[in-house]
Amino acid sequence: MFSLVTFIPRAIVQSIPLLLGCVGETLNEKSGSLNLGIPGVMYVGAICGVIGSFMYENSGAAFSPVIGLLIPIICCMLGSLMMGLIFCFLTVTLRANQNVTGLAMTTFGVGFGNFFGGSIIKLTGAEVPSIALSATSKAFKATIPFASKAGVVGKLLLSYSFMTYVAIAIAIITHYVLKRTRTGLELRAVGENPATADAAGININRYKYFSICIGCMIAGIGGLYYVLDYASGVWSNDAFGDRGWLAIALVIFSIWRPNWAIWESMLFGGLYILYLYIPTGTNFAVKEIYKMFPYIVTIIVLIAISIKNKHENQPPEALGLPYFREDR
Amino acid sequence: MDKQKKEPLIHITKRKMISKKQEWAIRLGSIVIALIVCAIVTTITTHLNPIAVYASMWEGSFGTERKIWALLKELSILLMISVALAPSFKMKFWNLGGGGQTMAGVLATAACMITLADKMPSGAIMFVSFVSALCAGALWAFIPAFCKAKWNTNETLFTLMMNYVATQLVAYYIIIWESPKGSGKIGIINPNTEAGWLPVIAGKQYLLVVISAIIVTIFMYIYLRYTKHGYELSVVGESQNTAKYVGINVGKVIVRTLILTGLICGFVGWLLVAGTDHTMTTTIESGRGFLGVMVAWLAHFNPIGMVLSGLLLVFMSRGAGEISTTFGLNKSFGDILTGIILFFVIGSEFFINYQIHFRKSHRKEGADV
Amino acid sequence: MRNITKTFGSIVANNKVDLDIYKGEILSLLGENGSGKTTLMNMLSGIYYPDEGEILIDGKPVQISSPKDAYDYGIGMIHQHFKLVNIFSAAQNIILGMETDQGVKNSRFGKLDIERASKRIREICDLYGFDVDPDQKVYDMSVSQKQTVEIVKVLYRGADILILDEPTAVLTPQETEKLFNVLRNMKADGKTVIIITHKLHEVEAISDRVAILRKGEYIGDLITSETNAQEMTNMMVGREVKLNIDRPEPKNVKPRIKIKDMTVRSEDGILKLDHVSFTANTGEVLGIAGISGCGQKELLEAIAGLQPIEKGEIIYVEDDGSETNLVGMDPLEIDKKGVSLAFVPEDRLGMGLVANMNLADNMMLRSFRRKGSIAGFTDRKTPWELAEKVVEELEVVTPGIETPVRRLSGGNVQKVLVGREIAMNPTVLMSAYAVRGLDINASYTIYDLINQQKERGVAVIFVGEDLDVLLELSDRILVLCGGKVSGIVDGRTADKNSVGLLMTKVGGDAVG
Repeated sequence: MFSLVTFIPRAIVQSIPLLLGCVGETLNEKSGSLNLGIPGVMYVGAICGVIGSFMYENSGAAFSPVIGLLIPIICCMLGSLMMGLIFCFLTVTLRANQNVTGLAMTTFGVGFGNFFGGSIIKLTGAEVPSIALSATSKAFKATIPFASKAGVVGKLLLSYSFMTYVAIAIAIITHYVLKRTRTGLELRAVGENPATADAAGININRYKYFSICIGCMIAGIGGLYYVLDYASGVWSNDAFGDRGWLAIALVIFSIWRPNWAIWESMLFGGLYILYLYIPTGTNFAVKEIYKMFPYIVTIIVLIAISIKNKHENQPPEALGLPYFREDR
Repeated sequence: MDKQKKEPLIHITKRKMISKKQEWAIRLGSIVIALIVCAIVTTITTHLNPIAVYASMWEGSFGTERKIWALLKELSILLMISVALAPSFKMKFWNLGGGGQTMAGVLATAACMITLADKMPSGAIMFVSFVSALCAGALWAFIPAFCKAKWNTNETLFTLMMNYVATQLVAYYIIIWESPKGSGKIGIINPNTEAGWLPVIAGKQYLLVVISAIIVTIFMYIYLRYTKHGYELSVVGESQNTAKYVGINVGKVIVRTLILTGLICGFVGWLLVAGTDHTMTTTIESGRGFLGVMVAWLAHFNPIGMVLSGLLLVFMSRGAGEISTTFGLNKSFGDILTGIILFFVIGSEFFINYQIHFRKSHRKEGADV
Repeated sequence: MRNITKTFGSIVANNKVDLDIYKGEILSLLGENGSGKTTLMNMLSGIYYPDEGEILIDGKPVQISSPKDAYDYGIGMIHQHFKLVNIFSAAQNIILGMETDQGVKNSRFGKLDIERASKRIREICDLYGFDVDPDQKVYDMSVSQKQTVEIVKVLYRGADILILDEPTAVLTPQETEKLFNVLRNMKADGKTVIIITHKLHEVEAISDRVAILRKGEYIGDLITSETNAQEMTNMMVGREVKLNIDRPEPKNVKPRIKIKDMTVRSEDGILKLDHVSFTANTGEVLGIAGISGCGQKELLEAIAGLQPIEKGEIIYVEDDGSETNLVGMDPLEIDKKGVSLAFVPEDRLGMGLVANMNLADNMMLRSFRRKGSIAGFTDRKTPWELAEKVVEELEVVTPGIETPVRRLSGGNVQKVLVGREIAMNPTVLMSAYAVRGLDINASYTIYDLINQQKERGVAVIFVGEDLDVLLELSDRILVLCGGKVSGIVDGRTADKNSVGLLMTKVGGDAVG
């Protein structure tokens, strides 16, 4: 009954939104910004993409897969960029409290997503019963044709849509940039010790703006992936659920390492759907306990790293603190 | 690398003095601008007349006695949670777990009401559920506080995660206790016997909640302002160094304060289940843990300020609910408006704390205030 | 540097300073605390920008408005507080923020060539005799290693002029010797080294020339080999100034606190107090002199119960002669023992007071535990009255009792703090740099308060930095040098030079 070959691909598909959200949040946090608005950003990214492709699909034009892919991706990135800019402007330029700003962004973003998700049909006067972007979703879900015929290996490694590979690539690239490049070194310095970075001639605000905005765009793509790939283009309100928070949990679980997050997001994804594969008989309640695991694991990691107090595993030292040069 | 030394275009300094009047004028101004922006956004997205929209929001909040009571109930619940969170934040302990702490209380109350339904008289159930709700809330707050005091575990992330553990626990028990079987929800608990239900005072269903909120708020006002505990926690929040200098045990104060926060959150959970909703859902807390953070923070932990900022947020959400029914829109519109207002108020803090000097402006400080 | 002036608010940190620095020399910049040495050098390294005057390098006027500009002119400064990222390795810290490395442009997203940087770091180390492992993480390093990384960082950027701000303050004698060898190697390589210090023996040991600042003004320079400690001390401390501070005769002198053989280490394991023993008596002001960072802060905090004590005893003697050992007690326990210990710490707003609270609430810091009329509630009336009393008696300038203390000026903040501490009727009053940053009038108010307490029979421990004040106020002066007691002298007979020499530890050798 339990088959790894069917389980793993589904876990991976589950994991991608988490992974992208996590990579985005990691970028934020590495610059010293605890962005609790990521769940909202993911909603906004998703809905902007949905609006874009909804307009396109209902515009009557002949559907071209390439444009059908590009429009939602661009819309999604613009939407999440806007959210990123709001966060930057408030917390970096105006030095507002990051936690409060983040929570406000999540309130705003989730509302934004649900409002447009629930009202776009009425607002645009389109004559469709619900948002089901089947054509766009088909384009998103396109896989390598022979993958399913290539046996177990093909199914495990090649049966995914291109976005899945893009997501993993983004995680690897982010890891590379953070760990190996000058930009990454300087960015980490900003998040660890802005005064030192400032003295070394690094433009703190520019780094914060870039990393927060790029991080938000990556997270936004995670939201888009969920709707157009995982949910086959069907938008339903609140369906995205607590995945945004799970992404933030994943940042801790991966101890701020995007390359680890790839595997751990699959673990989280697996835990999220494990209940479907465990014979529980009539006891559906257990599945809710399984859904709790990612959070429990995260708490344990959080406590463990604070007890062990190993330097590499700590959150960025200046996380959550605004930087004002004349404060010193 | 030949650089001309340039004086920066704008120079920002920390403000030294600002009167309370100016402070509130800036805040009020930001709300007014926010409302104008909200009106513009409303018109653009919905093509409705913004004045009509605000009128209908007013109608939705204060239109009938029933609506006013509903508004008061919402306000009371939100206010109590933000009041509960206030001491944590005053101590600079970022407790984002107000939601989870409330859910713990919700779960404990529902557990008592369901499992003890036939075993005890209603009054006893009320009492047992009250005690267990408070304990559950306190426990939920104690765990992160203890880790913070002992190992300096990051409390922001910890309390955040605790929310979802609580929600999932509630989801688990909903299925365990679901009724009718297979429906995936609990329904009204003890609908016939009303065992464990809180009494309705003076025929007004929500009066009890409102009274509770008033009592809790006054209690917290006194606690923060006049008690030794309140004094200690504000010293800890302002400067741990000073706290140690006068011999305050910082860890003890952190744990004690968070237990108090948890107790009140648990109490809110008890009110929600035994007092108003008589059921348990995973969304019963409906984001008030986070909203409470913002209410408390915006009001700078001033109880009257909390009432006002809470009222503003509740008005927006109730009002938006009204728009959605009147104009056939999704009710999440309120969240968008709330978000916009919050952005403006958050941003306005900058102008309270900092002063901008423009280049070439050689005016004296007094002149541009 | 020509005619440099820098003011901070009403305080003139540097007043029309002219300073010449020559290529290939080691110059010592000598002066007491607050004489403006660091400020002057900060202007050379781009931290501050001078209000007046100009800086010339090789005869050409230059604008240095940021540390980066300074690097471009080949000037690098090693501050007392290291600017290093803890979780980075030495090499990562050294190349942080460099757009070009060894003539090659570091591309933004290209792989950072740590190996090449490490190679160059090793070369620099070999050249001057440093000992740095490029891969070692900063958090694993000792203070002297961190300092070495800072120096290498500056050299790596091709600096020709190195400024070191009190580099030996955190080093052991062996490490200091090592550092000096390295500095000599640099000089041999044609680099210019400026070392800010107030330790005479170091000036003698390392520098070619010494320039002396006093109270923000340039006094003059001397060729080290042609001068002696006495002459430098004279220039540094200046002529004795008559301040006319009262000094009532001590009455009824009895031991109150006996410190026996106390040793204290800082959190990172540095020896701060080394077998310190002394007695503080009732009705007497015990002045504590010493260059800053010689253990004064730790001494007072150890007595107050804020510093863990490695070894030794703090014996408190009651009026009836019974003795209590205070070691291992926290401030609360000391208070509960009935020991009324007033402490005016150096960090007034960060430790002694709560900056954001008003006067009355700050008064309450000491009294809030006392029983109020209702249990558990604070008594707000008494602190309010106390605040009013302090404001009236000490002439605190404030808009009101409701004003947060951070809005008060430095002198008024100190009056509030001292007023509160005295109000607790202490038997011991400790103060650290009680008049730092205060104007003349406020300073005299503080002296008067201290004398009043002394006449009440309080044992006063007064840590000061101005020798003139110490000499006129104290009955006895204990001199700390590098965590050790280098002498206890009588305040009435001692002169400035002998204390100055004890502070710089030449006393032990030269004066005997």
